[in-house]
Amino acid sequence: MVPKSNEYMALHREKILTPSFWVLLTFTVIGFYCIGLRYVMGIGAVSNLSDGFPWGIWIAYDVATGTALACGGYALAIVIYIMNGWKYHPLIRSAIVTSLFGYALAGFSVMVDLGRYWNAYSFFIPSRWQVNSVMFEVAVCVMAYNVVLAIELLPAILERFVHSTNPRFPKLKEFARKIYPKLDKVLIFFIILGITLPTMHQSSLGSMMIIAGSKLNPIWQTGFLPILFLINAMYIGYSVIIFESTLSSVAFGRPFEKEVRIIAKVIPYLTAAWLIIRFADLYYRGHLSTAFSGDYYSKMFLAETLLIAGGAYMLTWKHFRMSPRWVFVSAVMLCVGGSWYRFSVYIIGFNPDKGWAYFPSLPEFFITLGLVAFEILGYMVLVKMFPIMPNLEGHKKSA
Amino acid sequence: MSRNSLFGANVSRRDVLKFSVGVTALMGLPYSMHTAIADAATSDNRPPVIWLHFQECTGCSESLLRSDHPTPAALILDMISLDYHETLMVGSGHQAEKSLHDSMEANKGKYILIVEGAVPLAENGIYCKVGGKTAKDSLLEAAAGAAAVINIGTCSSFGGVQAAAPNPTQAVSAASLVKDKPVINVPGCPPSPYNLLATVLYILTLGKLPELDDKQRPVFAYGRKIHEHCERRPHFDAGRFAENFDDEGHRNGYCLYKLGCKGPATFANCSVQRFNDMGVWPVSMGHPCIGCTEPDVMFHLSIFDKVQVHNPTPPDFYPNANPETRGKGADPLTTGIVGLIGGAAIGASAMVAANLPKEENDEEDEA
Repeated sequence: MVPKSNEYMALHREKILTPSFWVLLTFTVIGFYCIGLRYVMGIGAVSNLSDGFPWGIWIAYDVATGTALACGGYALAIVIYIMNGWKYHPLIRSAIVTSLFGYALAGFSVMVDLGRYWNAYSFFIPSRWQVNSVMFEVAVCVMAYNVVLAIELLPAILERFVHSTNPRFPKLKEFARKIYPKLDKVLIFFIILGITLPTMHQSSLGSMMIIAGSKLNPIWQTGFLPILFLINAMYIGYSVIIFESTLSSVAFGRPFEKEVRIIAKVIPYLTAAWLIIRFADLYYRGHLSTAFSGDYYSKMFLAETLLIAGGAYMLTWKHFRMSPRWVFVSAVMLCVGGSWYRFSVYIIGFNPDKGWAYFPSLPEFFITLGLVAFEILGYMVLVKMFPIMPNLEGHKKSA
Repeated sequence: MSRNSLFGANVSRRDVLKFSVGVTALMGLPYSMHTAIADAATSDNRPPVIWLHFQECTGCSESLLRSDHPTPAALILDMISLDYHETLMVGSGHQAEKSLHDSMEANKGKYILIVEGAVPLAENGIYCKVGGKTAKDSLLEAAAGAAAVINIGTCSSFGGVQAAAPNPTQAVSAASLVKDKPVINVPGCPPSPYNLLATVLYILTLGKLPELDDKQRPVFAYGRKIHEHCERRPHFDAGRFAENFDDEGHRNGYCLYKLGCKGPATFANCSVQRFNDMGVWPVSMGHPCIGCTEPDVMFHLSIFDKVQVHNPTPPDFYPNANPETRGKGADPLTTGIVGLIGGAAIGASAMVAANLPKEENDEEDEA
């Protein structure tokens, strides 16, 4: 069965070459120029990475934090398919697009960060796998999740061709007509995979820093890192949905999606669970006093915790939840606080030995910035080419 | 390969080459020399060797017999023509004396004389006699026809334990008595057998003596201090010392300097070449170096006395191994731009938030 037109999703009809498009394109070009430099001149020429800090912002932001910010698709899939919240379904495609970009660029920046990237093909040769490695698990899950996200996004692309009125590609239309119903049948399998994979690797992103042992400050070093990272990814995921939906409403001049404010109700529960584990663990390990000692690390801990707790606290009040402004503010606080936590685990709280210092170099920073710009750019272009945003008419009907 | 070469008939070509390359490296010769070494080791040019024992414990011979490459049998039967060795030869009495005499006659000016043990001079040297001759007479007689004299062990090189105070037999080193022949000292108590082996092969291969230091020791083996290549050196540099046997530091494998290790004053390759073909040496087992290759250290200082350390830290012109700061930190331009972009992002978010409606009249869903 091929639907006549999608009841939920629609193309956002607007011109693609806007001023913000050019601004983002500029940053993307600078970023990719620096990536080119990295491949010609080597990692040392563009970054401040060292033997003490082999992982800089490319891993801390692009992989560890970027994938959490790309967890919107994961978080929403849990609500829709596990908690049976079908009324959020209109949001799923835009969330999947963000996830796809976030994860694809995480994989891409690993290729930038890998010293001997020419050995990366070994990843596709099972006899060379080291299946006991946490990094291997992260790599498999991220790669697999990219494929799953691409398949989840495929209906949007196919719909575009199915409903195409352009007579130039009759074969493509015919193909899309054939494949669409088949894909529809197996899609649920990929959706389940799409929920399983992030659960696995988001926790593994935490496990990776358990390996750092005493190099990671005791405020953050704990055996609970995996569960903390998993819950952290979830509330960042929901916050990102709010953030992104609000921003696209403003940028594209659409009405606010009120579903997001109901999603906001979930966040305080997750955050509360996270904070309880966080503080109970600190208390149990006897590092509560370290966390409040007032030194540099303690200040970082307090900043991230206040942002997360503050953002979540606001959302416990219906008054704030009803206001698009305050929901947006708390979502930003949660995104920043949650990301700060991940930065603390990967860079800020990490001290390999006396005397080591790290701060990203300018080209290093611009590579990350370029990838982020590319992500937003891709999102802006894709929603104007394929039915990804919620259908306003269908929306009204269901409301 | 000759039957009468360094290796027996059942030794594989691979083993010959392995040994030759290893010994070439040990002597510090160019890599291309290993074929010459292999030629020397496999042709029938077994050097006649006369081995004399004086005041000693036979530890040096024992050490040599404990070497595995080659085995003792290959060594004394195939590698060298060991014509006279008081503790290894089968013959005894007049028969043994005759073989010594015959060999000295037949190989006059060609044989290598290896001396193990110190020579007593008190009361005309009556404290060490073999076959009715004093050690001094035997030594001078054998040395007269030798191509070179190799003193194995600290006793023949420097006098050793016999020459330690009060020295009742007035023992002196063999090295001090041989004046008109090239003398090589291979000290140690006992020395690594490979140092002797390498010295013999060097002479066989190149037909000349290896480079010697001021104490007549081959520089390839005695050119550097134990301390320079000690596996416990990082502990010394970091100030981690064992203070007593079996204390915490000793169990943790810390530096043994405070237990009297003579490594900083002792030139030898023990920390590199090791012993018994299995990579052990005294310091690796927790005992301080006793400085057995130095004439002024062993038997002159207590085992537990500390030696003067020269250059405890590397010279200033060496690159610093522990710099104050490592890795590149923040520079003003980058910090500024990162701050600017971060600030712009926060500012833009604030602008968006400010422009959002504060209230919306929609009822909240019941979900």
